[in-house]
Amino acid sequence: MAYSEKVMDHFRNPRNVGEMTDPDGVGKVGNPVCGDIMELYIKVKDDTIVDAKFQTLGCGAAIATSSMVTEMVKGQKLDDALKISNSMVAEALGGLPSQKMHCSVLAEEALQSAISDYRSKKGLK
Amino acid sequence: MGRIYLDNNATTPVRPEVVEALAGMLKGCYGNPSTLYCVGHEAHVEMERARDIMAGILGCNREEVIFTSGGTESDNIAVLGAARANRKKGNHIITTKIEHHAVLNPCKALEKEGWQVTYLPVDEYGMVNPADVERSITSGTTLISIMHANNEVGTIQPIAEIGKMAKARKITFHTDAVQSFGKLSVNVNELGADLLSASSHKIYGPKGVGLLYVRKGTKILPIMFGGHQERSLRPGTENVPGIVGFGRAAELMAAEGPAEEARLLKLRDRLWEGIKAKVPHVKLNGHPAMRLAGTLNVIFEYVEGESIILSLDEHGICAASGSACTSDALEPSHVLAAMGVPPEKSHGALRMSFGRENTEEDVDKVLEALPKVVEKLRSFSPIYKDFLRQQTA
Ligand SMILES: Cc1ncc(COP(=O)(O)O)c(C=O)c1O
Ligand code: FES
Repeated sequence: MAYSEKVMDHFRNPRNVGEMTDPDGVGKVGNPVCGDIMELYIKVKDDTIVDAKFQTLGCGAAIATSSMVTEMVKGQKLDDALKISNSMVAEALGGLPSQKMHCSVLAEEALQSAISDYRSKKGLK
Repeated sequence: MGRIYLDNNATTPVRPEVVEALAGMLKGCYGNPSTLYCVGHEAHVEMERARDIMAGILGCNREEVIFTSGGTESDNIAVLGAARANRKKGNHIITTKIEHHAVLNPCKALEKEGWQVTYLPVDEYGMVNPADVERSITSGTTLISIMHANNEVGTIQPIAEIGKMAKARKITFHTDAVQSFGKLSVNVNELGADLLSASSHKIYGPKGVGLLYVRKGTKILPIMFGGHQERSLRPGTENVPGIVGFGRAAELMAAEGPAEEARLLKLRDRLWEGIKAKVPHVKLNGHPAMRLAGTLNVIFEYVEGESIILSLDEHGICAASGSACTSDALEPSHVLAAMGVPPEKSHGALRMSFGRENTEEDVDKVLEALPKVVEKLRSFSPIYKDFLRQQTA
């Protein structure tokens, strides 16, 4: 099994890693398959994600997809961000080995969970 | 950047003397050892010389050494072959939860064919209790298969004690000595083994060749059928160059003996002491004393093993992990699970296994890189953050 150069780049130098002080929405999800954990934090302004950060305990693919999803959501309207699927994240990374596709689900679920956390806090649900 | 290879329990680099022996065979000695003319005879002589070396190491007769395609085949012949040969006597097998899959999966296959298999537990150090073996024996027990040294954590099992028990009850006893052959004493009479598996590529020999020791008089059936080679227990034209290379590798291991093991032990302990001093929240897996000299298995809490391996690879360091994320089945190490390590801990397990090419300088380089790697990964880890918060709260 080998990761693409892009996956390795995001693994080596994850973008937007760390905790966010005062996030507007937090998504905490676990991977039931192998037990990995991801937390995604978002800042929202005018229905748009203006900043995103993450923390992940997991394999190379889990860290790289976390990093990539934070890049993809920035500047997106919430409804558009909700359309980001795990395969879109994997594709943006130049693909993932088939046995690692399940790791990208973590990123999709964390994003959805962060957005619904934001919306329920705002009473928008 | 020089590579630091710390995965010698997975496989080893073929040593130069063995490369030479292999090349010699491939170039000049192509004969089929079963034939009568001179080139065949030459091949036969070389192969039998290798068999004699093995018999010397095992303390057995040369007819009791069967060459195979590796540890997996040896384990399969031992388990399937001995179980089936004794079918009329009984259908109960005793093994352990920490065996290699080359033993566990044949046992599972036999269960589907109607055999009963007891998978013995181990203690927190990965050690089998001989009293548990004794307790599990029934009138229908025909085979006990327990590994000599574990490949993941290195724990060395009380084989001689179990061997005595098996002998007293006239039960066939197999031990998978793939990780110990050439490193620990594997005298089959001292161990009390009727069947013993070994593999060439763990001792700087070529891949795809191994042996099964079969004590004279042991009832066993082949799992493959063909010609008369290897006493019909392993038919097919022998891998003569491989066998000769394996023989040379074993001969060199025997010549180096305990001195090399003592050197590896020093390297391993230097690494562990360094890790303990430099990295908080670590735990040693495996027995503190009864453990292979070259094996170090450590849990780094709050991080995941595959991400450690990938990061170490960036520093030119090759190691292995027991994390679910590194297994194709996405399951945590069955060995660590049997030792009572919960999945969230085995997630951070790293195995570093030493070999003859490793030096003190390697250890020091690992001690430079590893703490930084773990610190970086922990800085990404949501559970480490939660842990730190609890500490200060
Ligand atoms: C304990 C043990 N048994 C069996 C095997 C299988 O040996 P081979 O790779 O030669 O088939 C291995 C090697 O991975 C091992 O460590
Ligand atoms: S998250 Fe565990 S395998 Fe990727």
